[in-house]
Amino acid sequence: MSANLRPSPLMALFSREIRVARRLGGGGTMGVIFFLILVTIVPFAIGPDLNLLSRIGPAILWIAALLATLLGLDRLFQADHEDGSLDLMLTSDTPLELIVLVKCLAHWVVTGLPLVIAAPLFGLMLALDPQALGAVTLSLLAGTPALALLGAIGAALTVTLRRGGLLMAILILPLAIPVLIFGVSAASASISATTPFWPPFLILCALTLATLAAAPFAVAAALRHMSE
Amino acid sequence: MLKYANPTFFLPLVAKLLPWLTGATVVAFAIGIWGAFFSAPADYQQGETVRIMYIHVPAAWLSMFCYATMTASALGTLVWRHPLADAAQKAAAPIGAAFTFVCLVTGSLWGKPMWGTWWVWDARLTSVLVLFVIYLGLIALWQTIEDAGRAARGAAILTLVGVVNLPIIKFSVDWWNTLHQPASVFRMGGPTIAPSMLWPLLVMGMAFTLLFTTLHLMATRNEILRRRLRRLAIQTATGETNAQPTHRLTMTGGAE
Repeated sequence: MSANLRPSPLMALFSREIRVARRLGGGGTMGVIFFLILVTIVPFAIGPDLNLLSRIGPAILWIAALLATLLGLDRLFQADHEDGSLDLMLTSDTPLELIVLVKCLAHWVVTGLPLVIAAPLFGLMLALDPQALGAVTLSLLAGTPALALLGAIGAALTVTLRRGGLLMAILILPLAIPVLIFGVSAASASISATTPFWPPFLILCALTLATLAAAPFAVAAALRHMSE
Repeated sequence: MLKYANPTFFLPLVAKLLPWLTGATVVAFAIGIWGAFFSAPADYQQGETVRIMYIHVPAAWLSMFCYATMTASALGTLVWRHPLADAAQKAAAPIGAAFTFVCLVTGSLWGKPMWGTWWVWDARLTSVLVLFVIYLGLIALWQTIEDAGRAARGAAILTLVGVVNLPIIKFSVDWWNTLHQPASVFRMGGPTIAPSMLWPLLVMGMAFTLLFTTLHLMATRNEILRRRLRRLAIQTATGETNAQPTHRLTMTGGAE
């Protein structure tokens, strides 16, 4: 009976992930700061021409989000591997696929969601009009979960490597290209009159749903095989 | 000992097959190159540059065939834990990367006079470039993870994830309206190439396939021998006695 009072394992895991991320510091805030810095250095590189910036703004925001998502991904399973909690997750009754899904969700809440919330603000700095701001934010909201899930595959494959961060980036960035293509084309829809918003946006949603369905199995398989 | 049974059967088989395969590869290349460079006519639009196609197209086929081979081996690794599949998987990655590289370079050389540019961000070109990067990532993964069995299983999972790229490459010319021309050999309703150009292309395709088979068998054999050598080195280093449990641990660790 007391089991009803306790939170379910997955809820407990979710709140643990959020707590760990908050207490360790970094996490979301660091991601947003990194995002801000990436957005800041682009005008220095290509010049402060507002017309040009507003044209390529959505693409800049997407690339910045892609790179900021990589941040901290290498610790997603590594920290648990080092302190042994990954072994507990591997041996627990709860399916590893669900555990992975919850961990990815928590990771996205901590790192992806702040980026989505910050995107309209940074879009203003790149002189995007309100319509483009909405398109960028919506496309990031739909696309960043897919990036987090794809990243988890790389994180699981490199879980036992002490310096797997660079390898992880090499492994997952090619896989992220479809998400980037459709995310950017949905985000830039309002800028060029030739491309409509909905078809690429719906494909982006489909990509996210497909990774949501398939990636946890790949991540769980990788974790089982890599940590044995 | 059951798992050694297959490699010990495999090695003599390779030794017997290799001379024949090498011979067949040389003959096929001789016929194919003669057909491509002397027999086949120049194209009425593209002129002599059309001959690049006889290298480019087979290389593209093989870059995908090699990935398919790797996917089959990856299943062998994950489902049956077969050491031969591990070796086949590892051996295929650099060969596939090489074919993809040849495909990209020859395509680029053809693109400059024909399209007026070395490179365009067309769906077909981009997806093949992604294939190339996936090959490189797999090679990096193989090199980074020290434990051979663990590297094999990790690479197998990544190979299976990356296989979504294959249909994208194949159908990219149909799904998107691109600069790269659509399929003209393997298509519904038969090839659209003139027979005088088609037969050298098919012979070159066969020559490339034979070349891949030869190289792949050689590389797989080398990988098996390399692992045996490593196991022997560990045995010598630890003092030869097989009775101690620690040695048995290393042996199985090295064999998996």
